Amino acid sequence: MTVLLVVLGAAVGAPARYVVDKAVTARVAAGFPWGTLVVNLTGCLLLGLVSGATLPAGAVALLGTGFCGAYTTYSTFGYEAVSLAERARRRAALTYVLASVVGGVALAATGYALTS
Amino acid sequence: MSHVDDPDVGLVPEHGPVIAVIAAGGALGSLARLGVSTVLPHHGGFPLSTFVENVLGCFLLGALLVVLTELRRPHPLVRPFLGTGVLGGFTTFSTYAVDSVTRDSAGVAVLYVVLTLVLALAGSWAGVVTVRRIGGAR
Repeated sequence: MTVLLVVLGAAVGAPARYVVDKAVTARVAAGFPWGTLVVNLTGCLLLGLVSGATLPAGAVALLGTGFCGAYTTYSTFGYEAVSLAERARRRAALTYVLASVVGGVALAATGYALTS
Repeated sequence: MSHVDDPDVGLVPEHGPVIAVIAAGGALGSLARLGVSTVLPHHGGFPLSTFVENVLGCFLLGALLVVLTELRRPHPLVRPFLGTGVLGGFTTFSTYAVDSVTRDSAGVAVLYVVLTLVLALAGSWAGVVTVRRIGGAR
């Protein structure tokens, strides 16, 4: 049952990441990975909210492990950071990494504190 | 009326198959993530499974994207399926952030955040460089 809920959440979370990324990148100047940043930061806040609350195991599997797990991504984040650095855009790479990690942890803590 | 600023233009209908393969890939990637976290227990409060998934996923995406963008001309659905779907679903940023918040020890939390970041970025870079060397790209 847990497996099914995780798969179901992920089957929605991964395309949601694609749609949000496209919606964000269409609205901002190219050259900085705003799409992934918005996806990862909102996903951190959402998982913080889910993790702080006392939810049934099934809801955690669906929303947390499934949806938030697949909605957010480390692999695209890593690739984009390395790509920026590779194109000699070290400052943008550093900004991207710090905004993702510091912002992600801060939003996760905020979400967690709000519901726990 | 300008469509330039409307991000939804182009999402349908040609984005239908892309969204479908991302959903399927994301489901597969999450299954693999669930598998790794079942096999790898946490060591002394260190979230080992998420750490391994994120570092490995970064290496694999770096390698995959060099193959798909520099070495081969794949079917247009290959990258959304394997990259955005499978590896996007396999790795996770939200669990990384929340796991760092919920550690009992601040030392373990900092070690986890920094170690994942350094090795994941090194992994992305290593994936790119390794495949370029093997494939003779650039």
